[in-house]
Amino acid sequence: MTYAIEAEGLVKHFGETKALQGVDLAARQGTVHAVLGPNGAGKTTAVRILATLTLADGGSARVGGYDTVRDAQKVRQIIGLTGQYASVDEDLTGTENLVLIGRLLDLTGREAKARAAELLSWFDLTDAAKRPAKTYSGGMRRRLDLAASLVGRPSVIFLDEPTTGLDPAKREDMWGVVRKLVGDGSTVLLTTQYLEEADALADEVTVIDHGRVIAHDTPLGLKRVIGGQTLAVQPADPDRLEEVKEILAMVGTKEPDEPLRKGVLTVPVRDDTAMTEVVARLGAAGIAVTELSLHLPSLDDVFFTLIGRTAATDEEIAA
Amino acid sequence: MSITQTTNTPALSSPLADTAPVGGTKPYPLLRHSLALAKRSLIKTMRTPEALIDVTLQPVIFLALFTYVFGGAIAGAGQQQAYLEYLLPGILAQTIAMGATAIGVNLNTDISKGVFDRFRSLPIARSAPLIGAVAADVARYAIVAVVTLSMGMVMGFRIHTNPLSALAGCLLAVAFALCLSWVSVFIGMIARAPGAVQGIMILIVLPLSFGSNTFVRSSTLPGWMQGFVKVNPITQLASAARGLFNGGPVADHVLWTCVWMAGLVIVFMPLAMRAYRRKA
Repeated sequence: MTYAIEAEGLVKHFGETKALQGVDLAARQGTVHAVLGPNGAGKTTAVRILATLTLADGGSARVGGYDTVRDAQKVRQIIGLTGQYASVDEDLTGTENLVLIGRLLDLTGREAKARAAELLSWFDLTDAAKRPAKTYSGGMRRRLDLAASLVGRPSVIFLDEPTTGLDPAKREDMWGVVRKLVGDGSTVLLTTQYLEEADALADEVTVIDHGRVIAHDTPLGLKRVIGGQTLAVQPADPDRLEEVKEILAMVGTKEPDEPLRKGVLTVPVRDDTAMTEVVARLGAAGIAVTELSLHLPSLDDVFFTLIGRTAATDEEIAA
Repeated sequence: MSITQTTNTPALSSPLADTAPVGGTKPYPLLRHSLALAKRSLIKTMRTPEALIDVTLQPVIFLALFTYVFGGAIAGAGQQQAYLEYLLPGILAQTIAMGATAIGVNLNTDISKGVFDRFRSLPIARSAPLIGAVAADVARYAIVAVVTLSMGMVMGFRIHTNPLSALAGCLLAVAFALCLSWVSVFIGMIARAPGAVQGIMILIVLPLSFGSNTFVRSSTLPGWMQGFVKVNPITQLASAARGLFNGGPVADHVLWTCVWMAGLVIVFMPLAMRAYRRKA
């Protein structure tokens, strides 16, 4: 198995701020690699270095076997980049945006127009093709931005927080696109703040915080370390909360409590049979529930387990 | 993403599916990429006509204001028509120099929006986006020349040489403005906000355009100031245009204008490129 993306010891300082303090990354060809971390962890800085936009202060990286500094132009020929903030030209129409990229990639005028039309069609933007991008909704803009990064049929695609700010349905759509891209043999490196997203898409996950790698694993491995899932139950009758608590205590790995909302009990569970067991016991006791769900641990849980602190949510590093 | 077909575009199984050949390597990449990016700037300019006020309304207002309001005081009552002959080439030089402000403001805005990140992730020369933006400014500067001369004609200005000579005067002014653009681009790269670019450019261009022989003959100025006016590039450009429109000495002024143009490009183009790379 060859690596499409390899980075060793990436270091980047912005003045006093240490955005990256020796980050290693490796993504196998044809897989999705997720970089998981809170705001300010250094995710965007790492992507900018790999995409040849920023020079690292230390370390080295190769994309598709090409050094990101010495062979930067070769790297640029094989990558597509979609930034955290959609970087389409707002005054240009959807078509004009994509044709411009096509022309810059040395397509002829005719080829560039054809490629623009097929991408707009694929991303369901044909009706908006002749409108300036500033009239697009957030989701449409995100799709146009992604389309722009795919004009040159890149074999390595960087997606910097592709679903941040999208509603759940749009997020599912984006996940579908990512799967499609990898299905075609591309390698995708995506950054995300959501363990759920990494779990849904990634073959491997690198967790970074404060510019350092704190874990590298498969989503399954990561979940094992963190302790599986959380079961949440809300009895219809609040008076029966104590009974539910007893049931949950039997299947959970620790004492249930009410951390989310009053009247909703949660408990970490390790066993895949926990859900069915709880359902059976609730049924036997004749307890009706208004909510019964299994959750993946949040990013906070991940960080708490891995390094014993909650994830930073402030923007302390301008990443 | 739902894959609805609303045109006769062939359905793609995926956005990466190979349906057409991707272009190979072609000659003159810098030229082609810069032109593609110049076209982008032109589309943006044409779509926001209010961005053209500085190159359309401004020369009209300045010509009318200085001919009819100040003309009598400067050239003597009843001498407005003769003053127009003197003034118009100067207004052309002044307006075209002020027109160079916009490019720095626009580039500063562009970079803060992330569009340039996309360009910098493409296999094109780093300089192409800047060269393209400057090249697109030819249109704005040509508009200055056309509007200034047309308004002048309406007010009674006549060319006393020949059309070819007048065209040469306009081309010289456009070429000078293109060179001055690099100063604006440089400031656009180092300033922290678009408004700052505007302020700095006005600080540079205003003293140059008023401290020149645009409005008054340099012989009316105090001696110490004549020195400044004489080396001022706006003076040289205005004098060259005067000669080419009205007749009179041309060669020296054209030469000095060209020396200034070369100097501006040699100094500010590399500075702008370097600042652009650092801005990353």
